Amino acid sequence: MTSRLRLPDAIVLALAGLRARRLRTALSALGIAVAVAAVVSVLGIAQSAKADLITQLGEDGNLLTVASAQSVNGRQVPLPVTAQPMIERIPPVRSVTAVGTIENIPVRRSAAIPAVQTGGMNVLAAQPSLPETVSAHVLQGHYLDATADHYPVTVLGYEAAKILGVGSLDASTQVLIGDHYFTVVGVLAPVAIAPEVDVAALISFPQATQWFGRGNEPSRIYLRADPDQVAAVASVLTATTVPDGQDDVQVRRPSDLLVARIAAKSAFVGLFLGLGGIALLIAGVGIANIMVISVLERRGEIGLRRALGARRRHVAAQFLLESTLMAAAGGVLGIGLGIAATAVAARLGGNPVAIPPQGLAAGIGAALVIGALAGVYPAARAARLSPVEALRAL
Amino acid sequence: MTAAALELSAVRKVYEHPTTVVALDDINLVVRVGEAVAITGASGAGKSTLLSILGTLEQPTSGSVRIAGIDTSALPDTKLSAVRAGSLGFVFQQFFLLEHLTVLDNVATGLLYRGLPARVRRERAAKALFDVGLAGRIGHRAGQLSGGERQRVAIARAVVGRPAVLLADEPTGSLDSATGAEITELLYAQANEHTTVVVITHNTAVAATMNREVRLHDGRIVSDTAASGASGSETGSGQRVTGTGRGSAALGEETR
Repeated sequence: MTSRLRLPDAIVLALAGLRARRLRTALSALGIAVAVAAVVSVLGIAQSAKADLITQLGEDGNLLTVASAQSVNGRQVPLPVTAQPMIERIPPVRSVTAVGTIENIPVRRSAAIPAVQTGGMNVLAAQPSLPETVSAHVLQGHYLDATADHYPVTVLGYEAAKILGVGSLDASTQVLIGDHYFTVVGVLAPVAIAPEVDVAALISFPQATQWFGRGNEPSRIYLRADPDQVAAVASVLTATTVPDGQDDVQVRRPSDLLVARIAAKSAFVGLFLGLGGIALLIAGVGIANIMVISVLERRGEIGLRRALGARRRHVAAQFLLESTLMAAAGGVLGIGLGIAATAVAARLGGNPVAIPPQGLAAGIGAALVIGALAGVYPAARAARLSPVEALRAL
Repeated sequence: MTAAALELSAVRKVYEHPTTVVALDDINLVVRVGEAVAITGASGAGKSTLLSILGTLEQPTSGSVRIAGIDTSALPDTKLSAVRAGSLGFVFQQFFLLEHLTVLDNVATGLLYRGLPARVRRERAAKALFDVGLAGRIGHRAGQLSGGERQRVAIARAVVGRPAVLLADEPTGSLDSATGAEITELLYAQANEHTTVVVITHNTAVAATMNREVRLHDGRIVSDTAASGASGSETGSGQRVTGTGRGSAALGEETR
């Protein structure tokens, strides 16, 4: 005959022990819950923000830009007019759009504002294919359509609209571009991979020619390539844009910027996760503390169980399970709180809610590990207690 | 039928801390199966130490202990736990009930470390509670019971596994005399041809109920009614045992 304790019995035993001390169990578990909630919400909020950036990044960062290099005097030399049709002929290129800067033209709300107060905004001549290529969304109104070629209308970038104080387009709104009033027909949402669009007032190329005498030469070309051909396309862009090799052009991949931003956010995540880890550690110490007290208080019970035939390891298992289950309960609660916090934060930040499953697993796992570690010393202490000594207590 | 349930030879127990104390010295004791033995003596005479050694809760410094034929003085802790789970039942002065559990679960805890399914443990516990007259208290919390009822629950817990040896340490020490007498009868009723009962007491009334009294003084046995009644101590105790079996049965009927 041997002395045995079945696992289901041990779990029931531990649960009964926890139920008998509800308040201290709840408070200790709450410590773990707060720490796990912190970890889960840090991961969740970071993931939500990242998901937002990745959405903006579009199809795996396959956006490329071609811009003319600046000449020695700082003025931009426009790209050749042939550049856009040439680039369109590169087979893996899916869509192309060109913008032309119109330099030294201020954008103002009215003539009462001095022309030098540009607010950092610029005027861009743009094509109808711009929103599709740079994944820009229209926040209000509509984008430049066919009529925009013939009438003085403009679409404002997100920041430009804010600077100009253009809130609602319900009433007819006009802004002063150079010396001409343009009607605002739309406002774009932020475009993360083309921040220059955010601070621009977009008008059509024909209008740019009509009012500002600008030619059709683009100053910058955006293009989307097949995701797996991006590098190949990038390598031929210079030669395609300026076949004679006389001018210099800059080929860029704006998603690199976003990748850097994601990396920067990840650095903060590491910091906050570290703080969450410290919170978990403190909560673990709290559990260890309460378990040591529990062992002292329950010497009689320990002695009784030993008299009833419990082995040392049965007693140890009981206390170890108690601390682990306590922490697990805290972990589950913490995950719930963490998800709620993430949802609230994502809603406030206008991001999609994205909770990494590995974050949830890490939260529960960390809680279990901390709970088990916290129980080791109290459990060993309970197991070491000699039965006679334990029964003498009271 | 008269095999030895408990056999101590030349048992000596010395405590080194805090000071060297000889708690038991040269204890030779044979308790036959079915005997009901009272261990008496003044405080500090070594009664509790003797019970702890009989219950394998403590190991002697020297000498040998055999419980139901097994030499326990050389066993590791896991084997001792198995002996306690399978062959021994304990009743304590302080009851040691688990306050947060129901009466039924307290008694079922007596079978917990046998590895039986929970359903079987509960069934047997319910029967044991019926036997001690607490069938109506099954669902109560231990904290709701009176002292006498608590000790009945403790006895049910000790006997639910049908142990070969039932050990009780001052079982009536926390009870008034009337309740104590009931508890003593209940304990005594357990002594039959299969169960050996050893009770520590300084209550002479309790001791008188048992059919053998072993008196300790300063760690030594100073008198043993089994040895004094017959020429050969072992055969003598054997004869008494057969008498006891009948006596306890009669007593049991009286109480009903």
